[in-house]
Amino acid sequence: MSKMQIKLTVNGRERELLAEPRELLIHLLREELNLTGPHIGCDTSHCGACTVEMDGKSVKSCTVFAAQANGAEVTTIEGLAEPGSLNVLQSAFREHHGLQCGFCTPGMITRAHRLLQENPDPSEEEVRFGMAGNLCRCTGYQNIVKSILAAATELNAAKEAAE
Amino acid sequence: MIPGAFEYYRPRGVEDAIAILQQHGDDARVMAGGHSLIPMMKLRMADVPHLIDLQDIASLKGITVSAGQVTLGAMVTQHELINSAELREAAPVLRETALQIADPQVRYCGTIGGNVANGDPGNDMPALMQCLDAEFTLVGPNGSRAIKAREFYEAAYMTGREDDEILTAIRFDVSGAGYAYEKQKRKIGDYATAAAAVLLTRENGMCTGASVALTNLSDVPVWSQAAGAALEGTDCNDAAIKAAVKAALAEADPTEDNRGPVAFKLHVAGIIIERAIRTAWQRA
Amino acid sequence: MNDLTPDSAARAAKLKGLGCSRKRVEDVRFTQGKGNYVDDIKLPDMLFGDFVRSPYAHARIKSINIDAAMALPGVIAVLTAKDLEPLGLHWMPTLAGDKQMVLADGKVLFQGQEVAFVIAEDRYINADAIELVEVEYEELPVLTDANKAMDADAVVLREDLAGQTSGAHGERRHHNHIFRWEAGDEAATNEVLEAADVVVEETVYYHRTHPCPLETCGSVASMDKTTGKLTLWGTFQAPHVVRTVASLISGIEEHNIRVISPDIGGGFGNKVGVYPGYVCSIVASIVTGRPVKWVEDRMDNLMATAFARDYWMKGKISATKEGKITGLHCHVVADHGAFDACADPTKFPAGFMSICTGSYDIPTAWLGVDGVYTNKAPGGVSYRCSFRVTEAAYFIERMIEVLAIELGMDAAELRAKNFIAKDQFPYESALGWEYDSGDYHTAWTKALKAVGYDDLRAEQAERIEAFKRGETRKLLGIGLSHFTEIVGAGPVKNCDILGMGMFDSCEIRIHPTGSAVARFGTISQGQGHATTFAQILASEIGIAADSITVEEGDTDTAPYGLGTYGSRTTPVAGAAAAMAGRKIRAKAQMIAAYLLEVHDGDLEWDVDRFVVKGAPEQFKTMTEIAYASYNQAIPGLEPGLEAVSYYDPPNMTYPFGAYICVMEIDVDTGTHEIRQFYALDDCGTRINPMIIEGQIHGGLTEALAIAMGQEIAYDDIGNVKTGTLMDFFLPTAWETPTYTTDFTETPSPHHPIGAKGVGESPNVGGVPAFSNAVHDAFRPFGLKQAHMPHDHWRVWKIANDLGLHTQG
Ligand SMILES: Cc1cc2nc3c(=O)[nH]c(=O)nc-3n(C[C@H](O)[C@H](O)[C@H](O)COP(=O)(O)OP(=O)(O)OC[C@H]3O[C@@H](n4cnc5c(N)ncnc54)[C@H](O)[C@@H]3O)c2cc1C
Ligand code: FES
Ligand code: FES
Repeated sequence: MSKMQIKLTVNGRERELLAEPRELLIHLLREELNLTGPHIGCDTSHCGACTVEMDGKSVKSCTVFAAQANGAEVTTIEGLAEPGSLNVLQSAFREHHGLQCGFCTPGMITRAHRLLQENPDPSEEEVRFGMAGNLCRCTGYQNIVKSILAAATELNAAKEAAE
Repeated sequence: MIPGAFEYYRPRGVEDAIAILQQHGDDARVMAGGHSLIPMMKLRMADVPHLIDLQDIASLKGITVSAGQVTLGAMVTQHELINSAELREAAPVLRETALQIADPQVRYCGTIGGNVANGDPGNDMPALMQCLDAEFTLVGPNGSRAIKAREFYEAAYMTGREDDEILTAIRFDVSGAGYAYEKQKRKIGDYATAAAAVLLTRENGMCTGASVALTNLSDVPVWSQAAGAALEGTDCNDAAIKAAVKAALAEADPTEDNRGPVAFKLHVAGIIIERAIRTAWQRA
Repeated sequence: MNDLTPDSAARAAKLKGLGCSRKRVEDVRFTQGKGNYVDDIKLPDMLFGDFVRSPYAHARIKSINIDAAMALPGVIAVLTAKDLEPLGLHWMPTLAGDKQMVLADGKVLFQGQEVAFVIAEDRYINADAIELVEVEYEELPVLTDANKAMDADAVVLREDLAGQTSGAHGERRHHNHIFRWEAGDEAATNEVLEAADVVVEETVYYHRTHPCPLETCGSVASMDKTTGKLTLWGTFQAPHVVRTVASLISGIEEHNIRVISPDIGGGFGNKVGVYPGYVCSIVASIVTGRPVKWVEDRMDNLMATAFARDYWMKGKISATKEGKITGLHCHVVADHGAFDACADPTKFPAGFMSICTGSYDIPTAWLGVDGVYTNKAPGGVSYRCSFRVTEAAYFIERMIEVLAIELGMDAAELRAKNFIAKDQFPYESALGWEYDSGDYHTAWTKALKAVGYDDLRAEQAERIEAFKRGETRKLLGIGLSHFTEIVGAGPVKNCDILGMGMFDSCEIRIHPTGSAVARFGTISQGQGHATTFAQILASEIGIAADSITVEEGDTDTAPYGLGTYGSRTTPVAGAAAAMAGRKIRAKAQMIAAYLLEVHDGDLEWDVDRFVVKGAPEQFKTMTEIAYASYNQAIPGLEPGLEAVSYYDPPNMTYPFGAYICVMEIDVDTGTHEIRQFYALDDCGTRINPMIIEGQIHGGLTEALAIAMGQEIAYDDIGNVKTGTLMDFFLPTAWETPTYTTDFTETPSPHHPIGAKGVGESPNVGGVPAFSNAVHDAFRPFGLKQAHMPHDHWRVWKIANDLGLHTQG
């Protein structure tokens, strides 16, 4: 199959590679770029385990072709914090037991990150609605919701302190 | 789940896209957000040797409200519909509907054009477009033409669009009508068990304009003229609502699936239609 | 190094031992996307394998043509049963004493069955090649109804068993019969039933569903031809058992096989079994000499690996007029699908279904289970439950409800009247179990009070009146559930899997500077073992949990164990941890005595040190002792500080709980809203309350899904109707309620630290609570029993059948 040149920015770094247009973004990230944080949970765009950020949107990377991502800016869980450190959301998930097996976690946190960008002070209901594209089989969501609300509070406090 | 291979195109103009469609005939297909098409390709239920990605065509983007008309570029996403301040004023029912489609991630990608062009009876926007009496602009090798949403749908996945045409824009009138989009589904991410779009105009306590349309209750969206007629000229009292529901249901023809048998769907549809009418009337 | 804090409590707190809501050590990796799951493994030259699967539920295979697939560049091989036959690997033994086709041998028996294994350079080529394999089928009549499996004219499914009138579990009475398993005394039970004041009879169906962890199953096999060593990574809840099975079926000596369970993205029973994909990846690696990865997609997962439940339970329960239960009779038709691949202890082909007398003192009972074959996927795994305990709990909690209806009694009161009393423990059940400990009345009273039970009933009564007056279309359901589990399999004398006794193990090494590594035969799938095992050890050996590394899942380094499922980890491996810790402490005491120049009997243990009795200023901490064990020659003692414990539990443990669900139901649309869910769990000693709570939330959400919509449904010709997450119901954050958790603490008398295990209680107890809420809402209108799942249309149908739609 003919491959095409694909250029994209991933976690702030420009990457250039050859890929079949049909290659799914999730495979490009995981297999070509070794970013194995995003996972495949359903293959049918229902679970959100493969969620990454692309041009300021949360997308399910199992439902995006590599070719579509040509020229795009992509952020994965690996790009949310300096390697080896946890950002506020990541720490909140740990603090409030927002994960168990960890399989949904990268997608969850990446999605939550965007949610808080768009709605920095969400209600519990808004968090539940805004996270409804991400399935978790382990936690029953209660502590995920708690983690995100706690992270929002902390981020807002930090913002206020800075002002 | 891996799709078959394809050649990929990303034209910058509608004409370029049409040229590729013409060149490859049946073997070519346009892709908007890809959130109906890619799942089908991954399941190998759709084979698309030539895939034309519309994302770079600037003329397909944008929301405009002017001279009493709303114009939506085909590539406007559901996320954009939800967040548009202008639309919230001019056609709040779009937001209400879009919020009930899929989940946040899907809504960032899924477009209004893809949703109405797809022809899947489960899509929510087609019934709404019929309810709004929207008009679709189709551009093909021989130029542009307009077709009413109410005339567009022929059967499941069969529409009035020719293979070498692209749906470029959607147009409908701004209206101050009371609105509602009611949908019952099993969970977030599911298509409708039954859904209804209703617009009602109220003057001096009387209904002077009514439009009722249904989603996923037939192989095409159902706009029920009779249901509207049953409400017009009434004060939307219980009897009128009952008559409207009855009229709408007479045109529904759902099929049994995992969401339930036909009798259930019809019953739920009746409830949903009634609720939509009541909400719309309250807001009128 | 040495903590000089004199205050024992303060020192104990620093250890983060038992009872501490210690933050999980796993999370630092997971939150950064640095987990290492099977599909993350990438080896040089790795190939990708995947299956051609059967579109039919029952068909003969006339031919398989692989030519077109082989012609595709990048395709290395296509294996069929014919290729596996010379190796004796076209069939494999199941954990239940049956055998299963690895690749279809002459016929297929369920939709999605593995027919051929394609091996290619990558998954894209593989997917293209699968399309090119041509299989010619001849369709056969399909059997999907378990209740018709033993009809005289039922189609023969397992031709390979022709003429075999007995199987692994005794007599086979029909060509589609697998086994009959019984417990209790049927004659005595029948007598009691006949003589009783009141008898009710009901069929309770617990539908077929699937554990569906977010990560599907997969494996990577790598045969190193130079060393002759096979390394197998995979989604294994029981890596050591996999090693033994792999050795038995491949003939490779067990020391030459290394099985590694990396991080596992949830298991819930799905990853206990041995699947054709594992076997094929091994064979493919042997054949090609290159590493081979197999990872199933979600549809494969739902169609082919590890269904759960599918029990038709016909019950009779008898009582006195006053509501004292006298007898219970239960006959089950168990749909096992095409092969009996249940992962139960060998002697228990129906798992621990015989815990179906529940929390009640039922003097006489009988249980009979008939396992049958159908044209459905094999499995029968314990979906977050200990071997059919959830079926048992659902059965008895429904039977109690129908009995309450018959007696005209409040169901909460009927339960209380029949609970095994606190002073009856240890309690011998009519079906042969010895319940270790419990205090049901206390838990029940606490639960009823917490939800304001009497007020809820009053509100419900008002609601019914309002409904009858046409003022509302919503009903209120109060779902009660008091469950008793049986977990921690189990005593080697009666529990084994493939002959391996169900003990578990822990090995500890204390390093010279006072930190430690501990290895276990179990494997976490999200339960947080790395966190909690360290806590148990911290309390036993006085080394801070933060200084103890926990390792699991690598059979080359970990001691043999039977793995993690059936809530057995805490009861068995957790006990092994405590016992190994005690061995460490015993040796440490001798070392301390030597160092302090006293008799070891003159020392007492204080949190993290041995102190000379009566001379608190004289002590040696575990850190000092550890160092001494490596640097001093101590007469009569070997150097070093290590211990191993293989723990064979004397009995099972019996966690219990009281759950109450308050649900609003819209009779017109069949939709529901969960207004309140209260869950009281008693899991004995609580190791980490934060983790317990998380387990409860997760298990309750699974229970919600199962009760309210999740199913593996087949049509008449055996097509799976629920093969994607569109139709297979997994609730999102939006549909999931907020739960209230609570507890009582009744330690297990026989467990070293009194812990009982908790991971599965919420699934076991949750399903009846949700389902009973639905039933309870319609009870005033005459509903006795309606099968799950209670999705919108089925709830609507209940209302419709009761005439509630014509009234409105
Ligand atoms: C998990 C999930 C849940 C969903 N739930 C819902 C739901 O509840 N309700 C709902 O309505 N939808 C739902 N969808 C579908 C989603 O809204 C799709 O995004 C939408 O239907 C199609 O929009 P798209 O831009 O993605 O189109 P695409 O997938 O790109 O295209 C769909 C079809 O339309 C054609 N097409 C697209 N654009 C044009 C154009 N401009 N001119 C001509 N033809 C065109 C394509 O060739 C293709 O045949 C769901 C999708 C997913 C994955
Ligand atoms: S794998 Fe992409 S949404 Fe599930
Ligand atoms: S933590 Fe396991 S799926 Fe979410």
